[in-house]
Amino acid sequence: MDPLAAILETFFQECEEQLAELESGLLAMEGGDTDPEIVNAVFRAVHSIKGGAGAFSLEALIRFAHVFETALDEVRSGRMSPTSDVLKTMLRAADVLADLVRAAQAKEEGEHPNAAALVEELKALSGGAVDTSGSEEDWGDFEFTPSVVAFDAPADAAPVEEVEIQPGVKVTFKPRGDLYAKANEAAILLRELGRIGTIEVELDAHEVPPLQDLDPEAAYLSWTINVTGDVTEDSVREVFEWVDGDCELKVEPLGGAPAPGADAGFDLSALLARVQDDTPAAPPAAIELELEAPLALEPAPAPEPVAPAPVAPAPVVAAAPPPAPALPPAAANEHAADGQGAGSRKAEAGATIRVDLDRVDRLIDLVGELVINQAVLAQRVMEAGLARASAVAMGLDELEQLTREIQDSVMAIRAQPVKSVFQRMPRLVREVAAMTGKPVRLVTEGEGTEVDKTVIERLADPLTHMIRNAIDHGLESPEKRAAAGKPAEGVVKLSAAHRSGRIVIEVSDDGGGINRERVKSIAIEKNLISAEATLSDEEIDNLIFMPGFSTASEVSDISGRGVGMDVVRRSIQALGGRITITSRPGKGSTFTMSLPLTLAVLDGMVVSVEGQTLVAPITAIIETLQPKSEDVHSLGGHARVISIRGGFVPLIDVGMALGYRREPLPATQGVALLIEGEGGSRAALLCDAIQGQRQVVIKSLEANYRQVPGVAAATILGDGRVALILDIDTIVTVSRGDMRKAG
Amino acid sequence: MNQVISQNGQTQAGGMRELISFRIGAQEFCVDIMAIREIRGWTAATALPQSPSFVRGVINLRGAVLPIVDLASRLGFESTEANDRNVIIVAQIGEQVVGLLVDAVSDILTITDDMIQPTPDVASETAKTFVRGLIPMEGRMISLIGLERVLPELELEAA
Repeated sequence: MDPLAAILETFFQECEEQLAELESGLLAMEGGDTDPEIVNAVFRAVHSIKGGAGAFSLEALIRFAHVFETALDEVRSGRMSPTSDVLKTMLRAADVLADLVRAAQAKEEGEHPNAAALVEELKALSGGAVDTSGSEEDWGDFEFTPSVVAFDAPADAAPVEEVEIQPGVKVTFKPRGDLYAKANEAAILLRELGRIGTIEVELDAHEVPPLQDLDPEAAYLSWTINVTGDVTEDSVREVFEWVDGDCELKVEPLGGAPAPGADAGFDLSALLARVQDDTPAAPPAAIELELEAPLALEPAPAPEPVAPAPVAPAPVVAAAPPPAPALPPAAANEHAADGQGAGSRKAEAGATIRVDLDRVDRLIDLVGELVINQAVLAQRVMEAGLARASAVAMGLDELEQLTREIQDSVMAIRAQPVKSVFQRMPRLVREVAAMTGKPVRLVTEGEGTEVDKTVIERLADPLTHMIRNAIDHGLESPEKRAAAGKPAEGVVKLSAAHRSGRIVIEVSDDGGGINRERVKSIAIEKNLISAEATLSDEEIDNLIFMPGFSTASEVSDISGRGVGMDVVRRSIQALGGRITITSRPGKGSTFTMSLPLTLAVLDGMVVSVEGQTLVAPITAIIETLQPKSEDVHSLGGHARVISIRGGFVPLIDVGMALGYRREPLPATQGVALLIEGEGGSRAALLCDAIQGQRQVVIKSLEANYRQVPGVAAATILGDGRVALILDIDTIVTVSRGDMRKAG
Repeated sequence: MNQVISQNGQTQAGGMRELISFRIGAQEFCVDIMAIREIRGWTAATALPQSPSFVRGVINLRGAVLPIVDLASRLGFESTEANDRNVIIVAQIGEQVVGLLVDAVSDILTITDDMIQPTPDVASETAKTFVRGLIPMEGRMISLIGLERVLPELELEAA
């Protein structure tokens, strides 16, 4: 990858983050949050995208972002209040911006269908404040100027400093093209000024021409710098000594206040000389700090509105201006953040690094092996007959704890808040709401709940589908809602929470609930159930997960696409999860998904069957029981049922189901695991014995072999041997088929 | 992987190649050494349900789950009564790593391509499926085996 492409890649990655921040910020504002920090964050997000787009001359993106930014600035400055309408427009604008970013990433040409309309809307919002010709190009071009310093608009300059009237000088500095041609750099000069006093910099970019007229070798920018502190005109001029003649420089006393005068200047040079002579006499603070800074640092937050340029700053750059009160840290930070241009880092919000996923996975694999190895070692020590209290055994215990901790921490690397997938939903809701003409409010909860990245990625599709369904089928039309005495606006709720080692995600609507009559008649019509079947309400509700249920009459643009709830259920199952629905007529439906936090480990019940060690996922197990002969009944052929608290459930001999034995184990000689399969059907799995419960690392069988019916995956136990993890649902389904054949 | 293939290609181009020969019962077979990862002793395998009889199960190879194919059974002989004297040849077949259960590894042979004689047209399906050629060596006959079809094919055996 060439360097530019790599930077572009980073830019798009950052765009994703900015877009997410933008949307969540707007949504928070829509929710009534008036924290100015949120408004600022939203503004910054758009601004950064625009800045970056400028650097890569992504014209469509720049134009749109500029208009958007201008509108946001109106809100930020308080000239426009963020009413619900305004925010709705902005949310749509955020969608368009996201599309434009994606289009730019895919190098797609052509206009966005909604962009022009939204530009008009945004302009209308900002009261025509957008100067589409000049300023827009300013920004775009700005990133191309030879200067690598990115300053923000004057509006961003924190007003804090203005309160203090400091002795100082006002410098107007306008480089000519020659200055840059001689390899001088405005940023360095400005930084130099920062060393002799507190500076407050304003950029004047109004001379920057539109892109087509831009002479890449000309200089268009000028700066006004207020230098406060113990400075003189002479010391300022000294800074610009080397560029004398290549720039227009005006140095005048600040705010009409009399400058400290020439005496100070003389003092300064005299003192300098003294310090150079190593005279221990205490020089004025300014100089002392300047010279001793490298030793005495860390200086307080650098009051340096100049965004750090790629030029490596010398350690002294942060020289503090002691006599002048330093900027409050907050203001300084704001400067730093506001001053960000293209592709520079975000405001410090928790330090993060980007790591190649393969490396993380490799680490997880290794830790998995470490856990196994540790278990093997522990077993060997036990076998060697060492006492539990021996130093070796105790050391091993500590090792075990450490290994567990390492494993947990490594797993946590892959864990991410579900926010990343939840964030895509508001947009979906807006689109589907617009398509169906149903006003919908999306409520999200528990966005911070963390789960494995793979789980998150694979959740997006099923969630999208379920939310579409909830709006399209779940919610009634506004008229019907009104008739039922409900508010016209439907509510779709998306929530996530950790519950007993799993993540539970719920999608609920306050619609009419499942029309059970209709569902049942469709199921009968499609031959999914027999007409005589008596089903409980719950069973009827769960019919919608059956393959082939998706109804032609219901297929619409939105939830159609030939995908039924059976596909949703399959994708959830593929993640080791379960999905159920509860529905109350007139009140709405709730889909509940329970998923493992990670795909790498599993809590299992270790059982033995015909000399083989097997692992059953504990999440499926309701209870274990010792079958009594009076509870077990034969039901034609070799099928057996067991009576549990008055109900009958099929008793499945795992050894038979997996082909480990030909003759069924007498039920009383084994142990039964009462399990609940997908869709709530129950069965009892008969095993020879239970060995215990433990967390196992999931290993793929498919990697070197292939899928085996009845086996979900493999794991490696403490003795170093491979144990198979049961695929309970397949075992139940397969045995059901056998039973039918047998009966 | 790629490297293995290209090296393989090179040895073939040069006409010289190295083979590992092993014994199953009274017969001798060999496979290209570039496909072999390691050779290890027998450890008890975990049986896999719903699998062909020549798949002896899976073992733990340093954290990876490795299927073990009983090559004798695969080639149509009596299946091996595995004991401590048996060895597992760990081979790379395409993307997968597979253990081959054989009686013993006997030798490393360096041969030129022209030493490989075509397999005579015999009735045995197994011979046609696996044997790529015959190598006469000091009065013995060693069959060169292609490993691509050692693992059961999904669609055939899954039913």
